[in-house]
Amino acid sequence: MIDATLVELSRLQFAMTAMYHFLFVPLTLGLSFMLAIMESVYVMTGRTIWRDMTKFWGLLFGINFAMGVATGIVMEFQFGTNWAFYSHYVGDIFGAPLAIEGLMAFFLEATLVGLFFFGWDKLSKVKHLAVTWLVALGSNLSALWILVANGWMQNPVGSEFNPDTMRMEVVDFAAVIFNPVAQAKFVHTVAAGYVTGAVFVLAISAWYLLRHRHEALAKRSFTVAASFGLAAALSVVVLGDESGYTITDNQKMKLAMIEGMWETEEAPAPFALFGIPDREAQETHYELKIPWVMGLIATRSIDQEIPGIRELLALSELHIRDGLLAYDALETLKVDESNAAARQTFLENQEYMGYALMLKKYVEDPRTASDEQIAMATRDALPNVFALFWSFRFMVVIGFYMIALFGLAFYMVSLRRRVPRWFLRVAFLTLPLPWVAAELGWLVAEYGRQPWVIEGVLPTFLGVSSLTVTDLLITVAGFLVIYTTLAVIEVKLMLKYIRKGPEEEESADNPARLDERFSPAFNRPQE
Amino acid sequence: MLFDYEVLRLIWWALLGVLLVAFAVTDGFDMGVAALLPAVARGDGQRRQVINTVGPVWEGNQVWFVLGGGAIFAAWPALYAVSFSGFYLAMFLILVALIIRPVAFKFRSKRDEPAWRARWDAALCFSGVVPALIFGVAVGNVLQGVPFHFDSDLRPFYTGSFFALLNPFALLCGLVSLAMLVLHGATWLQIKADGEPAERARRIGLVAAALVIVLFAIGGFWVSHMDGYRVVGAMDPMGPSNPLRKEVVTEAGVWLANYGAQPLLWLVPLLGFGGAALAMLGLFTRIGALSFLGSKLSVAAIITTVGVSMFPMILPSSSDPGHSLMVWDASSSHYTLGIMLIATVILLPIVLLYTAWVYKVLWGKVSESDVNKDMY
Repeated sequence: MIDATLVELSRLQFAMTAMYHFLFVPLTLGLSFMLAIMESVYVMTGRTIWRDMTKFWGLLFGINFAMGVATGIVMEFQFGTNWAFYSHYVGDIFGAPLAIEGLMAFFLEATLVGLFFFGWDKLSKVKHLAVTWLVALGSNLSALWILVANGWMQNPVGSEFNPDTMRMEVVDFAAVIFNPVAQAKFVHTVAAGYVTGAVFVLAISAWYLLRHRHEALAKRSFTVAASFGLAAALSVVVLGDESGYTITDNQKMKLAMIEGMWETEEAPAPFALFGIPDREAQETHYELKIPWVMGLIATRSIDQEIPGIRELLALSELHIRDGLLAYDALETLKVDESNAAARQTFLENQEYMGYALMLKKYVEDPRTASDEQIAMATRDALPNVFALFWSFRFMVVIGFYMIALFGLAFYMVSLRRRVPRWFLRVAFLTLPLPWVAAELGWLVAEYGRQPWVIEGVLPTFLGVSSLTVTDLLITVAGFLVIYTTLAVIEVKLMLKYIRKGPEEEESADNPARLDERFSPAFNRPQE
Repeated sequence: MLFDYEVLRLIWWALLGVLLVAFAVTDGFDMGVAALLPAVARGDGQRRQVINTVGPVWEGNQVWFVLGGGAIFAAWPALYAVSFSGFYLAMFLILVALIIRPVAFKFRSKRDEPAWRARWDAALCFSGVVPALIFGVAVGNVLQGVPFHFDSDLRPFYTGSFFALLNPFALLCGLVSLAMLVLHGATWLQIKADGEPAERARRIGLVAAALVIVLFAIGGFWVSHMDGYRVVGAMDPMGPSNPLRKEVVTEAGVWLANYGAQPLLWLVPLLGFGGAALAMLGLFTRIGALSFLGSKLSVAAIITTVGVSMFPMILPSSSDPGHSLMVWDASSSHYTLGIMLIATVILLPIVLLYTAWVYKVLWGKVSESDVNKDMY
């Protein structure tokens, strides 16, 4: 049987490296587009201050981009190094979007990003602008393919188990690409990236404005961030609702978890605003519910039921028993490929074979599992309700806060009223929030998928490589040391360049005159 | 489907080679340059000059490695699973090097303190030498066979240790790989740098070229006496990808069997020598373009030699030879290989097109005096 410590360490390492990688990705997604917008203004108006803005934010983008690339390489290989059985089991499907990501997206952004930095004197204005747009396009396409892969883990469509090769294989590639979960995740994730980029620019610009430094640049950046950010923040929440809608078909358990909803509620189900879900007692204490809301969000109807956790657990047990039929047939096929009866039994029950594999945590041969072991495997279908319940709520609160923040910011700059200092302070203090929300989002998505690595197909603990605990200790410690060191260096460098600010002398326009014409919104408040 | 399963497997075997060669030919000179950095560049000005010869392109070049990983995952999932988990700690070292490299490029010149820059220079050198060595060591182990087996669920188990990887033949292969990438880095500097760094690289390159020739010859001699792996009986090239359904034996000289059957193939290893000799000639006569062409040829031919010698074997198992991974039983499904081929045929030419454009824009030598504040 598989060593439980090995599984825990493998999961820890993956979670650590993935969440670390995702500190850099959202900023790349958002900032690349904002650079393209700023440079477009430069090319259209010819005002060099917009070029200086592109260069200044581009410098910070570069520091972040290098970290994203460095930590992304680990992700591409970690499935093979640490999740070897997973890689064999689903590589036929999961590998394709990763490879296409490399071909279509990563190549584009990585090849052209060099010209973004080094090409200012070597390319015409328009060509350089094209390079910048293509870098933004590349990073966004990259997110598309990664989320196609990730979406398939949440909702494994278009594939079937092949008893001859003992793995999942693609039967419908279009279904994998147009997986509704993947599409919803893609738009939600990139929009969250745009918000991150917008908050980054907004917060740092606010900091300059508070200190009356680089005001010409900061005001324009603030305005770009306010408009871009408002559109992005609205999309995140609206499209996040879209993700909520799709999981009702595919991941009912995750939804019930997020709601701490133990019993199936009568339609339309209420939304739990507050509560303390208790996994042991299987109930949610101190619950505060808003009637109807959940039913409306999740089913967009008033008559469809949303199943509760207990009902889903009972279903799991039935699936385990059906899965055992498939497992038994497969064992027969292993020794006798041509047994037609076994093949038939397998085909009829294969949908639930993953549930039988859950028993491998307790017994070598699932067919010999006792009723008690089946009950234990059933209970495993229940992840940490408390963590999901609250991660989700914090993420949503941050989402609505962003709409309010950017709504106000946009109102202040577009209606040309002045931006008060308190608002600049609030904008600056918002800086860490998009990262918090993004990490919580991953927690809800990935932790919420447990105990599955591929929903209903492959339990997480089975996916690991046959390594030793020592191997894992070495690499977990290694990543921890390298990543911590790099984090410290990167933050210090960012701070150094933010403090230093943009190169002033490059701006040929007369900043004072320009400022007045550009936006009186930022005239210094009479304090 | 346009092609049958056998043809698609052959195409993907060839594409695997193309990707590895493309990685070694492009990112290879980045690694070579990084490895050469302390030896060819004295003082901060020269260091920055040398770094900036690869500054704008290493990031794109590195994608060949990432794409290689993705393509192995998609087309040869069993190979991806067995090799990367088997070579676990070696792979970790490569990843460490490849994590450090991007940040070293990006961060090095962002502070003025000499100690800061010296540390990143050392990191860059590490990120060039270590992967170059380990890639060779890994290939050396693949040629000898790697101790792994599957259980009946096809869960792979690796039974060797990290230190067992460092056997004499594998270390020799590691040196071949290091010498060849150092040579490649040196010839790159002939076309992209001038002044003292280029001259120092020229002299080191001459030594590296000689080493490539000698070490590759020793390696070839060794392989001809080493046990290779051969399938007993016929195999269905269209059969399902299940590596448990065959019998494999080991025999001395098997790795040369393909050359016996197809004497034209001798051209491949000969090009490995010829390329290095050409590079030497180019370095000697100070014709940079000739030396770079020579090292490119040599790198491509040496990697191709390994593939051609082992075909149709991909990853032999020394502990359970019957579980070895072969072109005919370790690939993705027919459907996935087909889809991936379509994607590649459409997208790869586009990649090549804009990559070529980027190199054209950046055409010309980088001098010490060219280095400005915007650069690395």
